[in-house]
Amino acid sequence: MKPMNRRRFLGLIGKGSVFGFYCLPWLSGCQSIGPISTAASKVGVLDPKKAQAIVKTSQAIAKTFEDITPEQEYYIGRTIGAMILTKYKPYNNANANRYINLVGQTLAMASNRPETFGGYHFLILDSSEINAFAAPGGFIFIARGLLKCCRSEDSLAAVLAHEVGHVQEKHGLKAIENSRVTSALTILGAETAKAYGGADLARLTDIFEESISDIFKTMVTRGYSRSQEQDADKASVNILKTVGYSPQGLVDMLKIMEKTLKPEGHDFAKTHPSPGSRIKDIQDEIGKPAENVIPEIRKSRFTSHLHSI
Amino acid sequence: MGSERMMSIQIKNGQLRKTPSFLGQNICSVSYGDQVRFLSEEAGWIKVALPGKKIEGWIHHSALTEKKIVIQKGTSQVPQKASGEELALAGKGFNKQVEDQFRARNRNMNFALIDEMEKRVVSPGEIKAFINEGRLNPRGGLL
Repeated sequence: MKPMNRRRFLGLIGKGSVFGFYCLPWLSGCQSIGPISTAASKVGVLDPKKAQAIVKTSQAIAKTFEDITPEQEYYIGRTIGAMILTKYKPYNNANANRYINLVGQTLAMASNRPETFGGYHFLILDSSEINAFAAPGGFIFIARGLLKCCRSEDSLAAVLAHEVGHVQEKHGLKAIENSRVTSALTILGAETAKAYGGADLARLTDIFEESISDIFKTMVTRGYSRSQEQDADKASVNILKTVGYSPQGLVDMLKIMEKTLKPEGHDFAKTHPSPGSRIKDIQDEIGKPAENVIPEIRKSRFTSHLHSI
Repeated sequence: MGSERMMSIQIKNGQLRKTPSFLGQNICSVSYGDQVRFLSEEAGWIKVALPGKKIEGWIHHSALTEKKIVIQKGTSQVPQKASGEELALAGKGFNKQVEDQFRARNRNMNFALIDEMEKRVVSPGEIKAFINEGRLNPRGGLL
């Protein structure tokens, strides 16, 4: 694929409709090939042999993003984060940010992937959007609007654990088109004794920009696939249970979100399945709601840190 | 000796701990590319030894890779010749050099805020106190 022209790239992150107009034909959800073909085979749409072939192809695609080392994931995550902080202002309240880092980093320890190259870091965005972003490697952003859907530390934990789930499952990296990783690997396979020379560096940076744009578009404009959101919700419930939070916190938050979301919003209204369907999908995972008594101290520290949000 | 299973640290900075838990006592720091010898495994944690030293400790498996990470002396950000699947070259591909080039092309990007964000770290001690204060009851060796 032709490297993206720099002016065009800058256009993508410009004001207004971020990436919305730049639509590439391959943006059609390759992540869902596996589950769909398996399901299609079950209901008899595809014969088992064909379904198996598709599963094999999708596994080959999945293998390629695994070639991205944690160190490279870290540099991708930093840049995605920088782009988010070009579009949104951070919420400058040290007390509130420290609190969400305490909750978030505790949750990250209980994930399947607690150790990333540069660790997990959380930051509140000064935006009334109901939105959150998990950049690869563990840079996690949560907008004030989404925090307002949380009425307890357990609900806040549910939101942050969902984002940790996206990092753990490498959903951002999976949004990078396969051919970009392949072409990057071609450059890497060449003999490079010292630092990358001019032409290789320029080409690698082109591929880097294209990869960043793939992830940004998926994360900010288009949204992950429904099955990826389900996986992140499942991860959230598992993490909550491991740490000792009530998974009911996720349902409580989704119920408030359902009432607050505006259908025309360029936030979770656009990028996520409806809160109602998420509640339905996660019910089995949560099981019967246990006696949900949140200790007073957890209530009071939640209020004292986030009352001004 | 030949059957020793060696692994490499694949995160920037890590800790070997006395017990298989993030809140276990720190024994020593390890860095990207350090080689460790596999001793045993328990629920996602791996007990390792530092070669040539009488130091053993636990580290989460997500901090480790079976590949040998090659770091060129003096700089961890310079790639070398790739040679096989068992090797991972530090600084290969998307690295500091590529980020710098990207930043030169996109000067409006706010990397200073990302550097600041990365400094937001809470210590295991603070997390332990936070868990206790909130009456959380973690399972699976988190405490």
